[in-house]
Amino acid sequence: MVNWIWLFFIVVSVIAAAANGQIDAVTQAAFDGAKSGVTVSFGLISIMVFWLGMMRIADDAGLLKKLARLLSPVVRLLFPDVPKNHPALGYIMSNLSANLFGLGNAATPMGIKAMQELQKLNPDPQTATPAMCTLLALNTSSITLIPTTLIAIRMNYGSANPTEIVGTTLAATIIATGAAIAADRWYRRRSKSAPPPSINKRKRKTDKTHAVTHPAADSLSAVSPGGGPIA
Amino acid sequence: MLELFTRASSWLIPAIIVFIPLYAAFRKVPVYETFVEGAKDGFGTAINIIPHLVGMMVAISMFRASGAMDMMLGAVRPLFDWLHVPSEILPLGILRPLTGAGSLAFTADLIQTYGPDSMIGRIASTIQGSTDTTLYVLTVYFGAVGIRKSRYALKVGLFSDLVGFIAAIMICLYIFG
Repeated sequence: MVNWIWLFFIVVSVIAAAANGQIDAVTQAAFDGAKSGVTVSFGLISIMVFWLGMMRIADDAGLLKKLARLLSPVVRLLFPDVPKNHPALGYIMSNLSANLFGLGNAATPMGIKAMQELQKLNPDPQTATPAMCTLLALNTSSITLIPTTLIAIRMNYGSANPTEIVGTTLAATIIATGAAIAADRWYRRRSKSAPPPSINKRKRKTDKTHAVTHPAADSLSAVSPGGGPIA
Repeated sequence: MLELFTRASSWLIPAIIVFIPLYAAFRKVPVYETFVEGAKDGFGTAINIIPHLVGMMVAISMFRASGAMDMMLGAVRPLFDWLHVPSEILPLGILRPLTGAGSLAFTADLIQTYGPDSMIGRIASTIQGSTDTTLYVLTVYFGAVGIRKSRYALKVGLFSDLVGFIAAIMICLYIFG
C-alpha cells in the first residue's frame, strides 16, 4: 500500500511537471524535500529525548501501572467476553496506558502480547474475535495526552504557541475513540444476532506462533514515541 | 468551553512535567538519573525516522511543485470553499489512515508552507495527532497472531478516522476561527 502511494506521488509529479513545464521546479523540490525530511527529524530529537526521559521516571515510579489499574473497570466493560483475571486484561491495560502517555514503543509490544493472549481464547485462530476487534479499534484511534511529535514540528517552524493544539487534539482524539467504540459495539451486537460465521475446518496448522512481523514499509509508528499515533 | 480549551492546552504539559518527578521522588526514585537513562532512547527514535521522512517529504514536495496537487484539489475546492474548510487538508485525511510516515511528512509540509499558526497548520496538527495509522496497526497487531479475517475491524478503524478528521476540522474552526 505504502509502496503504491509513494510511487503514485513521484510518477504523477513528473508527468504533471512535464505537462505544466515545471520540470526544473520538481528537481529542486525533490532535494528540498529531502532536506526538510532531515530538518524535521532533527527537530524531533530535543522533544523525544526530553519526553522519553520523563516517561522513564513515570514508569519507574509505577505511574503507568497505577494508571493501568485505574483503567481496569473501563477495560472490563469494553471486553465483557474475556474472563476476569485473564492475563489478556493486564496487557490490554498496559497497552492503553502506554498509548495515553504517547509511548508508541511500549504500547505496541503490550498490544501484541494482549493479542496473543486473546488468541488463546479464540476458537478459530484465523478469524478475529470481537475482543480482538475492540482492542484494535482502541489502538487505531488511540487517545494520546500529549502529541509530542507535532509540538516539536510546530516549534521547528517557529510557532508562537506550539502547544495550543494540545486541547484540540485531545478533543478530536476523544471523539474519534468514542466513534470507534460505538461502531465496534454496533458491529458486535449485529454479529451476535446474526448466525455465527461457519468455522473453517481446513486442515492447516494455524496454531504456530507467528513471528511478530513488522511491515518494514511503514514501521514509523513503532519507532515513534510521539504516539502509536505519530502524534 | 473556549476558555477551558485554551486553559487545558497551556496547563496540561506543565502539570504533567511537575507531577511525574514529584510523585517519583516521593516513591524514592532517583529522578534525575532515571530521566537521563530514559532520555537516551529519544535520540535513536528521532534518528530512525529520518529515512521514512526523507522518502515521503521528497515525494510530497515534488507533488506540490509539479502542480499536481493544485490540479487534484481544484476539483474539490468549490465544495470545501462552500463549507469554509481549507481544501489543502483533504489529502491529509486520505493519507492519515494509510501511512504514518506519509501523513507526518504531509503535515510537516503543510506547516512549512502555510505556517504553524495558520488555520491549515493548526488543523493539520490536530488531525495528525488525534488518530493512529489504522492500516499499520491492523497489519502489526493481527499479523502478529496470524489473523487473516479481520471481520469489521478495518471498517471500524476507518470510520473512526473519518469522524476524527471531521471533528478536528470543526473543533479547530470553532476554537481558532
